[in-house]
Amino acid sequence: MATILAVDDSASMRQMVTFTLKGAGYDVEEACDGSEALNIAKTKKFDLVLTDVNMPVMDGIELVTELRKLGDYKFVPMLMLTTESAGDKKMAGKKAGATGWIVKPFNPEQLLNTIKKVLG
Amino acid sequence: MSIDLSQFHQVFFEESFEGLDIMESNLLALDLSEIDSEIINTIFRAAHSIKGGAGTFGFMQVSAFTHVLETLLDEIRSGERDIEQDHVDLFLQCVDCLRGLMSDLQAGSEPDMAQADDLKAKFEIILAGDDASTESSSSSSATENEISSGSNDAAAKGWKIEFIPCEDVLCTGNEPYRMFRELQDLAEAEQGGSIKVIPHLEKLPEFSKMHPEMCYISWTIYVYSAIELSDMEEIFEWVVDDCDIRYQRLSEADSVTAETPVDTGEMSAAVETSTETVVETEVETEVETEVETPAAVVATEETAATPEATPEVVAKAAPQDKPKAKPKAKAVENTSIRVSIDKIDGLINMVGELVITQSMLGQLGQEFDMDRVQRLQEGLQQLEQNTRELQESVMKIRMLPISFAFSRFPRLVRDLSKQLDKEVELVMIGENTELDKTVMEKIGDPLVHLVRNSLDHGLESAEERIANGKSSFGTITLNAFHHGGNIVIEVKDDGAGLNKERIRNKAVEQGLVGEDETLSDTQIHDLIFRAGFSTADVVSDVSGRGVGMDVVRRNIAELNGSIEVTSKPGEGSTFSIRLPLTLAILDGQLVKVGNEVYIFPLVSIVESIQLEKSMLNNITGNQYVMQLRNDYIPILCLQDIFNNGAEEKDLEGAMLVVVEGDNEKVGIVVDELLGQQQVVIKSLEENYEKVDSISGATILGDGTVALIVDVSGLNNKPLEKNTDDQTQAA
Repeated sequence: MATILAVDDSASMRQMVTFTLKGAGYDVEEACDGSEALNIAKTKKFDLVLTDVNMPVMDGIELVTELRKLGDYKFVPMLMLTTESAGDKKMAGKKAGATGWIVKPFNPEQLLNTIKKVLG
Repeated sequence: MSIDLSQFHQVFFEESFEGLDIMESNLLALDLSEIDSEIINTIFRAAHSIKGGAGTFGFMQVSAFTHVLETLLDEIRSGERDIEQDHVDLFLQCVDCLRGLMSDLQAGSEPDMAQADDLKAKFEIILAGDDASTESSSSSSATENEISSGSNDAAAKGWKIEFIPCEDVLCTGNEPYRMFRELQDLAEAEQGGSIKVIPHLEKLPEFSKMHPEMCYISWTIYVYSAIELSDMEEIFEWVVDDCDIRYQRLSEADSVTAETPVDTGEMSAAVETSTETVVETEVETEVETEVETPAAVVATEETAATPEATPEVVAKAAPQDKPKAKPKAKAVENTSIRVSIDKIDGLINMVGELVITQSMLGQLGQEFDMDRVQRLQEGLQQLEQNTRELQESVMKIRMLPISFAFSRFPRLVRDLSKQLDKEVELVMIGENTELDKTVMEKIGDPLVHLVRNSLDHGLESAEERIANGKSSFGTITLNAFHHGGNIVIEVKDDGAGLNKERIRNKAVEQGLVGEDETLSDTQIHDLIFRAGFSTADVVSDVSGRGVGMDVVRRNIAELNGSIEVTSKPGEGSTFSIRLPLTLAILDGQLVKVGNEVYIFPLVSIVESIQLEKSMLNNITGNQYVMQLRNDYIPILCLQDIFNNGAEEKDLEGAMLVVVEGDNEKVGIVVDELLGQQQVVIKSLEENYEKVDSISGATILGDGTVALIVDVSGLNNKPLEKNTDDQTQAA
């Protein structure tokens, strides 16, 4: 089954995302900020990276930028979890190489639908 | 699939409260003259997380409220707006308001949105100041668009989509075939719907110039199904900014339909016929197959999912009942402690030791003879040590750094100093000093009262301070440290100090002391703890109602602690609170009166002496005071108070324990002094009922129950009133 790296600094969001994705049969690993995620990503290859934008230490945009520099993650879909108000963040994310975004707030069904969209 | 989101609520609440604390402390740390962008970022992130979580977990009121807050923060963060003092104040109010909302939600009740709406309106005014209008208009126009396009498309029979991706589309992880597949799913959702994908290769460069990671192909997609434009737009949502996508309704493009494939054919043929056709067919088949297979997969998945769905729902439904019943109980006693792994590891280690000792003793007991007494004693000693260490470690779990209680003061001092128009600096020392959680919870309010009091009465106004040659800034120091088995918390101000003359006059005025009584400094200072005493001429809403200091003292006494004040005119006052580290265990002195064993808290004992006749003064009937150095202290017999049936004894030569509570000494006659030991306090109130002058009970080694004497309670006995007057007269 596809492996997903879920990155969010909020424990409740992380739990919700992980629970939902595991429930749908995906393999999920968690990281609570960009730099932790980057370290995990270097140890194994994930099929999808799901990241929050606003995080301490390293934010989601920087994470995507760094990941795209790695050979393994050149084409891997990366989705950002953003809020509707952050239009410029979406653009910054795209520029960094993010595949797309999921708009917060989202419910588990929406999350799974979007994941299916990129993982199939 | 249905997921019960309420299982994440508890984590969300805890996280949000933490976030609010972070917001608050960072807002307070914010120096407007020199703004640290990291602080703003941290505040923003906290607000952002709360908003995101609230929205996700279904607390729309909170989410909507946090949204305006976040918008303003975002403008500040991105430098569009300078942060002002007003903003900080407003943010702080929001923090309070959000706390209230969260607590309501956590308790399962409907939150009161009145304050939130109020604050929200204020934010909207600030935001409307310049650029809020753009945001609202853009969002409304977006919805308008959707609505208009939606209504138009309903009639459409199909679509022709020109999709010209940017060359590096693959490098963002967006694969065109996924979008086609989705489009196909969408089209096939309708009876007889289908799509046709035709690739165009005109942009393909020469082979030597081709970059393997780039996408040079563009597509025309025919959708033979009446689907909504907005649905298709959603599919291409992520690439719409970088790629050229044109939608045409099929009825208009019908005539083109026939042309298009020919068109491409011609174009490609024009470039390089032989290779092109090969590539074209390849691509087409690839697209075809790619599109086909997932559809099949989806179909099987769906069919497979249906039988599965039922058990899943059932399985979900069962545990759902539990979390629903839970929140209520949780809201009531939602208390948890975070314990560091170190402490847990220490505990486990200790338990291991205990088990070893136990097995050693067990073995010893199996084949015991008198030769082994020595070893038995050693074993018991080890057991004692283990138990004590274990006890200490368990106690440590309940210990929290006092910063938990101190953390609210920066905000409090800030708000109060504004309200009172005084310049105040708060210094906190010893924030890592650890204190039992229960004690911590109960000491919060008395501390708040003391700090308010120091700010209001202790510190002078800036002008007054300058006139007295002090800096305009007043300083309040909170200091915590361990002293013996106690924790001492000091609330210190560098204000004017207690005005003895004024206190005395007020006390006389209020009839608390007689006009001709001479009082020592300590006694005068002590007056401020009397019920109903206040020196404030004007009752402010900060303090001065005269309720408080006596309550503070009572609260502290309930914790087996004491409070005293020292003061120097012109230099300030210091309130020192002395508290036991824990409420669960007490160092006690065991005494025997008649057949009963009583326990005095060791901290309250001043000394134990044998009475001599020369010390005794009879006052009335069988009431005596004794002269101890320059003090007269009343003498009490426990058998009189507790009626325990022990016979009256001659005071002369009797053993007397002098104890101090509420700053008043009293001598208590006992028959015998037994040992000192740590006793575990059991509540009488919980197990029986509240008994005057008894603060609790404990179980002794031999299984009997011993009562713990409440020393300050003894002092408040009416008995003492008479003797007290006499003391002062003497």
